[in-house]
Amino acid sequence: MAVTSVTPSVTTAAPRPGRRRSRLRGPERTAGWLFVAPVIVLLTVFLLVPILMAVWVSLTKWNGQGSPFRSGVPVAGFDNYTRLFTVDGLTRQDFMTSIRNTFYYVLLVVPLQTALALGLALVVNRQLLRAKTFFRTAFYFPSITSSVAISVVFIFLFLNGGAINGMLSVFGIDGPNWLSDARGLFHVILNAIGVVDIDAPPALLTGNEVLGLSWWQWLSGPSVGMCTIITLVVWTTSGTFMLMFLAALQGIPVQVDEASMLDGANPWQHLRRVTIPLLKPTMFLVLTLGLISTWQVFDQIYVMSQGGPAKTTLSPAYLSFRTAFFSFNYGSGAAISFILFAIIIVMTLLQRWVMRDRDATRRSWWSRLKRAGRS
Amino acid sequence: MVIATDNTAPQAYGAAGLLSTPERPPVRRRRLTREQWIGRLASYGLLVFFALFFLYPFVIQISNAFKTESDANTHPLRLIPAPFATDSFLRIFNGTDFPMWALNSVIVTVVVTVGRVFLDSLAGYALARLRFGGRRAIFAAIIAVMSVPGVVLLIPKFLVLNQLGIYDSYAGLIIPLLTDAAGVFIMKQFFESVPESLEEAARMDGAGVFRTYWSVVLPLAKPALITLTILSFQGSWNEFPHTLVAVESPDLYTLPRGLAQLVTGSLGAGTQYPLKLGAALLTLIPVTILFIVFQKRFVRGATEGATKE
Repeated sequence: MAVTSVTPSVTTAAPRPGRRRSRLRGPERTAGWLFVAPVIVLLTVFLLVPILMAVWVSLTKWNGQGSPFRSGVPVAGFDNYTRLFTVDGLTRQDFMTSIRNTFYYVLLVVPLQTALALGLALVVNRQLLRAKTFFRTAFYFPSITSSVAISVVFIFLFLNGGAINGMLSVFGIDGPNWLSDARGLFHVILNAIGVVDIDAPPALLTGNEVLGLSWWQWLSGPSVGMCTIITLVVWTTSGTFMLMFLAALQGIPVQVDEASMLDGANPWQHLRRVTIPLLKPTMFLVLTLGLISTWQVFDQIYVMSQGGPAKTTLSPAYLSFRTAFFSFNYGSGAAISFILFAIIIVMTLLQRWVMRDRDATRRSWWSRLKRAGRS
Repeated sequence: MVIATDNTAPQAYGAAGLLSTPERPPVRRRRLTREQWIGRLASYGLLVFFALFFLYPFVIQISNAFKTESDANTHPLRLIPAPFATDSFLRIFNGTDFPMWALNSVIVTVVVTVGRVFLDSLAGYALARLRFGGRRAIFAAIIAVMSVPGVVLLIPKFLVLNQLGIYDSYAGLIIPLLTDAAGVFIMKQFFESVPESLEEAARMDGAGVFRTYWSVVLPLAKPALITLTILSFQGSWNEFPHTLVAVESPDLYTLPRGLAQLVTGSLGAGTQYPLKLGAALLTLIPVTILFIVFQKRFVRGATEGATKE
């Protein structure tokens, strides 16, 4: 941007090149449009137009037969949308289940991957460590692999008599049958500490329904099956986010570290008061990217669980796909994907708002304190 | 602590603890170095632990791909296969469509990578350097497009491929992937960082815009082009959801699609884990080699990708 904005002023300053530039302008304009044309055409045809088509389809009951744009296709209005929220039925129940599942999935994956990524970056970034590059590479490697191929590996790891349970048995833990265990994690924990009986949940919770699910179902936590996918995703994504934190850490001037050491900050204070505040933009980026990508979870579910056990790993993305391509209910599928789109946009805005707000209040609080100290 | 004494660290570190009581001021520094030293050991411990955490699944995958089915089922953690079996690989090549999936993957990856590198760099160059009306609007549109989540586009893509009559064909598999907004962005950023003087010289010599781009600008852009090539290769080799909505006949399956079929389809009902792990292993090889050779560019690609979104 800077370079291009400088050029015109240079050329207009000297009269002759200025004239030459105007001669060039014609071909340059044509070339400019020609150069961007392929990208514009492809993005329009395979992105913009399809979205508009899907908006239309989400308002119909098209079943995949013939073109959705011929006159005979039954129009449904907002039916496909209202069914997801207000009409009691299987459609709403499945959709709300997918929202619940993904909510818990996001709730675990985003903090875990962010914390792990930050932790790894801090350790890798320590000075005087040898073989940094090797470790950095090793941590990052899972991120670049095929999601399908790696899901195959994780199915094998989490088999009933598989590697994970084999390792757990070394510590005397009898691991669950991960991939087919539909029990909610919160239920299991509450059951273990004796608060509720998982086989006879309190009637207060099971008796009342909100949006097609009982309170007991809403408060299940991620299922044990979902935990395998959570593990897989944290394992694959932490490496990428670690690189982002590392890039940011390397951008912190050495003087900053030295200054805080001279002030007698212990490593923990240094981390909390100096490093983490300086990493805030990166933290924001990592959290936002995490929120955006986790709500889209699809590949791993397609390969590892297909929404099972007992629908506890259904995600909106997978449900949308399944509704369209397995049940041939394209209208409902498209509606789900637009709701998902809306959720992702809302998450991004919410995240931005929360981070900005907190920053502002802390700063004003701090300046008020300083002012008070001075007077 | 016990481990610490085994280490061949300078004497001063080991002594620091003993001397810490008598004199006060130096204590602080010595204790700190000792702490640093323990900290370093802890760091190495953590690093090794996490290296195992991230790499051990692959170790298990490799060793189990070379086991017999019953051996893999009963001793999944045993590292050395006993007996060492290559059955699974024979069956991958003779009993599945793996070779065809691999061929399709190669075709898609090569065409998509060439297409992306060429089209993204053309557009990136135009957006960075050429002056034409609507340039800003186009760039803003591309940024907006980048933020549309991929899985939201599954049904839309199917609709348009169906409407254009290229559903279930190589065209449908390849053309929608031929460009990506992120690639355009990376190239634009790069071209903006290159000084303009060389291009001006070429233009003064009377070279046309495309000529200048092709023989002056592109050679300069080699580092960015390599990064983009790697990202495109990795992206299209691993691409999975698009294949679900673009093709249905098994003749057009790429490796991820075929692999998913192997696991979820009726064939996957049995266990056959050595075979599945072996097929997944072979799928991972090309990108792994690329990763080992071009490590630094992958790292750069990831952090560049970070600033884009």
